[in-house]
Amino acid sequence: MPVILITDALIFLLIAVAIAFGLYAARHEHLRGPWRQVGRSPVGVAALVVIVFYVGIGLLDSLHFHPLIEPMAPADLTDQRTDQRTDQQAPTYSTQVISVLDRWLSGLRERQEKTFSAPFAIQLFVKEAIEQPDGSLIRGYPRLEYGGAHLADPAQRDLDILLRGLFGMVKGLIAWTAVMTILIALRAWHRQQSFNDSASRIWRGETKTPWRTVLITLALMLVLSFVAAELAAKYHILGTDKVGEDVFYQSLKSIRTGLVIGTLTTLVMLPAAVILGIMAGYFGGRTDDVIQYLYTTLSSIPGVLLIAAAILMLQVYMTNHADQFQSLVERADLRLLFLCIILGVTSWTGLCRLLRGESLKLREADYVQAARSLGVRHSTAIARHILPNVLHIVMITVVLDFSGLVLAEAVLSYVNIGVDPTMNSWGNMINSARLELARDPMVWWSLAAAFVFMFTLVLAANLLADVVRDAFDPRLRGAS
Amino acid sequence: MSDVLLHVSNLTAELGNGERPLRVCDGIDFSIRRGETLALLGESGCGKSMTALTLMRLLPLSGRIVGGSVQLDDSELLSLPEREMRGVRGGRMAMIFQEPQTSLNPVLKVGDQIAEAVRLHKPASNAQGASPPLLKRRLFSGEAEVAERVVELLRAVGIPDPARRAGEFPHQLSGGMKQRVMIAMALAGDPELLIADEPTTALDVTIQAQVLQLLKGLQAQTGMAVLLITHDLGVVAETADRLAVMYAGQIVEQASVDAFFAAPAHPYSRKLMESVPSASKRRGELAVIPGRVPPLDQPFTGCRFADRCSQVMPACREAPIAWFQPNLEQSVRCLLWAEGPARLQRASAAVGVVESSASSLRLETATAPRSATGLESEAEALDAARLDAASALSRSAAAPEGHALLATDGLEVHFPIQRGLFRSTVGHLKAVDGVDLRLQAGQTLALVGESGCGKTTVGKAILRLEPPTGGTVRYNGVDLAAIRAGQMRRYRKDLQIIFQDPFASMNPRMLVGDIVGEGLQSLGLEKGRAARRRRVAMLLEQVGIGEQAMERYPHEFSGGQRQRICIARALAVDPKLIVCDEPTSALDVSVQAQILNLLKRLQDELGLSYLFITHDISVVAYLAHEVAVMYLGRIVEQGTAAEVLDAPRHPYTQALLSAVPMMDKAERRQIIRLEGDMPSPAAPPTGCHFHPRCPQAIADCALAYPQPVQLSKTQSARCLRIEV
Ligand SMILES: Nc1ncnc2c1ncn2[C@@H]1O[C@H](COP(=O)(O)OP(=O)(O)OP(=O)(O)O)[C@@H](O)[C@H]1O
Ligand code: SF4
Ligand code: SF4
Ligand SMILES: [Mg+2]
Repeated sequence: MPVILITDALIFLLIAVAIAFGLYAARHEHLRGPWRQVGRSPVGVAALVVIVFYVGIGLLDSLHFHPLIEPMAPADLTDQRTDQRTDQQAPTYSTQVISVLDRWLSGLRERQEKTFSAPFAIQLFVKEAIEQPDGSLIRGYPRLEYGGAHLADPAQRDLDILLRGLFGMVKGLIAWTAVMTILIALRAWHRQQSFNDSASRIWRGETKTPWRTVLITLALMLVLSFVAAELAAKYHILGTDKVGEDVFYQSLKSIRTGLVIGTLTTLVMLPAAVILGIMAGYFGGRTDDVIQYLYTTLSSIPGVLLIAAAILMLQVYMTNHADQFQSLVERADLRLLFLCIILGVTSWTGLCRLLRGESLKLREADYVQAARSLGVRHSTAIARHILPNVLHIVMITVVLDFSGLVLAEAVLSYVNIGVDPTMNSWGNMINSARLELARDPMVWWSLAAAFVFMFTLVLAANLLADVVRDAFDPRLRGAS
Repeated sequence: MSDVLLHVSNLTAELGNGERPLRVCDGIDFSIRRGETLALLGESGCGKSMTALTLMRLLPLSGRIVGGSVQLDDSELLSLPEREMRGVRGGRMAMIFQEPQTSLNPVLKVGDQIAEAVRLHKPASNAQGASPPLLKRRLFSGEAEVAERVVELLRAVGIPDPARRAGEFPHQLSGGMKQRVMIAMALAGDPELLIADEPTTALDVTIQAQVLQLLKGLQAQTGMAVLLITHDLGVVAETADRLAVMYAGQIVEQASVDAFFAAPAHPYSRKLMESVPSASKRRGELAVIPGRVPPLDQPFTGCRFADRCSQVMPACREAPIAWFQPNLEQSVRCLLWAEGPARLQRASAAVGVVESSASSLRLETATAPRSATGLESEAEALDAARLDAASALSRSAAAPEGHALLATDGLEVHFPIQRGLFRSTVGHLKAVDGVDLRLQAGQTLALVGESGCGKTTVGKAILRLEPPTGGTVRYNGVDLAAIRAGQMRRYRKDLQIIFQDPFASMNPRMLVGDIVGEGLQSLGLEKGRAARRRRVAMLLEQVGIGEQAMERYPHEFSGGQRQRICIARALAVDPKLIVCDEPTSALDVSVQAQILNLLKRLQDELGLSYLFITHDISVVAYLAHEVAVMYLGRIVEQGTAAEVLDAPRHPYTQALLSAVPMMDKAERRQIIRLEGDMPSPAAPPTGCHFHPRCPQAIADCALAYPQPVQLSKTQSARCLRIEV
């Protein structure tokens, strides 16, 4: 039975907005041109491919549902025939909420160890008393319940990893070949070229869109994913944490949290920033004074303080009204949304200030004056003359802010005012890993995994942001 | 040492790589003698500035010099290593740029900026003596000596109180002063050649006169040569010895100034001269050059002007055109001269029929030295024009008094000056301070004055784009300044405005069709979309753009075309009065001619009235029926065009008119040099605003603002020294 969490709904709304904007941009050359330029930059498309992988995982993780409870074990069947019949008519659902991604990774989720284990380990990280077959107890590193459990001889581990890795690589390459073939065929059909012709153009880098870069990045990502998938089936490739949960699974689950923070915050703050910023600049006078007062006041309160206060308030509310929340996931989700809103409240002032300045300038532009002399109403003038001419600023800010917000989540969770502790997030991973760093030998993999995943996303987003800014900033465009 | 200082031959430079580089200068040949001023003349986009930058080897990153040679004295500049070239730049060869605002570093004192130039260049040129340069440098860079030299330079460029000014920052100086500082910096290295790239284009005429005079004086003192780049024929006529006309990356004509203005040889030069508006051309249309400068990214075979030339022959397109010499002082790249002057005379006689009488007169006297008859007949034409204006005047005077379409009385626009944390108002900037204007239906009133005197603000206040703070604006008897903002919508239809900058006056994100139709839509004049489109198409046709422009964006059009679209937008609502705020000052003269012709035609056809805001006196002479001269927020003199332009009575008007550079020597007046700049409207001088600069000021002038003196039925001026 599908469940739609509030953030899920907002994500779908965001996608709808993005699609609508895409359609709008496609019909307006001043927006299409820069995006085309982004599409022609090798760095841009490479970053886009990486981001598409993240977004894909994030979206899979946003389709939530109550899983069907499996019918009773066959042993009970004979005794309770009636029960079984009702089961068939009205299937029962668990109260648990899981996502499509969870279902997909159920192997990873369910193969829980006792406690820490290193990446690719086949033994626990801590010594335990192990009962030997002969009944004696020795202290040693016990074998993992799942990680590498298929190996009879621990010495075979490296060879096994190598073979599985190679196998995954081959699978990945096959998948890549399939995707590439489809892509080239589509392009050839679209351009009315022969397949070979199209392929050779791509490989010689003669296409306007750098398809070669796209394909190489794609190859890298696909091979990595398939190798990881192949190995993750038998090992904990990034180790396990204190309660034995797979770190790779946690990292994948954290992607959604990061993306939600990075995008929903923007969605939340955008209307306020755009409307107030333009109003302040366009109308000036009293309106400007009030809005300026508002944002100078807001931006002089330390953001962390505001966030801490808001989150604490929410926590108090949630403990007092525990009955309103059907599941832990829902609670965590509400907290995530709240974090987005409060981050939005603290971060809209920058964009608002930028837009105010730009509108102030545009208001004096001759074409706005001409519109006024033609009796155009203020609302129309704003919609027709001001908004389209500040859209590039909005776009640049949104893309630039994204990575900052992803990083902000990590920092906030680290000081315990971020997302719910039960929710997977890179911030929480880092937070829980920080104590383990003091252990000897060190437990480094949680931190490293969070770092690598976050770093890849933020790097890709930053590279994309640079390309987007270059494409949209009229000053830079003039220079190139 | 030869007489020739700089010899440029076959200089070719390209911009941008890729398949189609822009050949910004292509086979440039010229030479400059010591102490001479060579003017490089041409419209925008012809490659004038690029030629200058190529000489300095300062091309932008994407540019490169393809071939040719530049010889300064005996050294070949193009083969000099970059290190030595740096010494030449600012040393033997200095350059000043068009925009004084952007050429100075805003965070350094001007004295320090000049001192830097002094330190860099002085030792090197001193070191030509026997002593080793290092020693010299140390000797010279005694700070006191540098400071002394800075003050000396500032004094040389005519900056009063130089010691104090040296300690100021660029933003504390006016535009004219900044340009002087730039010149001082250029002089620091005692250059043999000064390249001045449109040095006065950004300045007002009175300031322009100061700067040009300064350059001339310096040249006489130091004997340096000047390469003056400009698009203003008047400036060329007044300051240069010789000139070279540039077109599409090539020089097409070279001549001594006298020979050129007597008889320009190239069809392009001729058209250029005919398209300059003046009083004598009032009756007819101005000559226009059809089409536009061809893009420079293509290979040319024949004459580059062929597509726009009215005398084009098949041979013109076949091979590159060689130089011909109509006479000793002139050479030209045009096939009309291939067989000597005879052919030209025939050709020009044929064209003369369609060209205006004044210009064909010029052509016929082309080969002979300028004859007395030519002068006389020109004077006659001028007189005729004046008579014409006078009769127009009598017609308008005959119209019943008080029937002005638009009348402002005591119009004021004061901007509050706010300071401090709580933005308390500490004073008022009196941009417009009591302006009375009368505009009759179907006439043109020109509002002239220097930059910042409040002309634009008057225009905006009339349309309530800037709310007036006092006075009345009566349009057909209704006081627009007093009605509520909502009621103003009713009058929007009748009053329209055209702006100066055709690149800023259209929303770059809108289609031309929507831009022109905006007023129709917002005022609900044409409700249906189809009807609106039909009307827009008609309007675009009317201004000579064509309806296919509707589906295109503004950036696809040239400046002149954009200005036409703006005119169409204003016309769309069927206005009675259009405020034209310097509609042609951003355009080249040949394009300006097209716009002026269009405005004039529309006035004749539709009976429009124009409030024409400008600082260009030649445009006023051509177009206006009446003139009002503005200084620091007030009208100092007004009257009919003939009265004000021919017999100005107010000292400011006299100075303004005398400063306008004229092509025709006969029309030149003794320049009345004004000291200093226009004061700030935030703190106007007491009494007559003009008294600190007025050459005729007396003690009483500082006491009270003079009342208007009625000089004739139509002319009045506000000056104490005028007796009726
Ligand atoms: N909105 C404004 N706020 C404050 N001062 C202003 C404003 N608009 C114009 N001014 C000032 O009013 C004075 C007159 O300006 P205005 O633009 O009318 O001059 P102008 O004669 O049109 O000059 P130009 O020839 O350069 O166009 C200037 O000192 C200008 O700085
Ligand atoms: S060469 Fe021919 S086309 Fe060129 S300017 Fe002369 S007459 Fe005109
Ligand atoms: S009143 Fe005096 S200062 Fe003013 S213009 Fe006349 S003479 Fe000059
Ligand atoms: Mg102006």
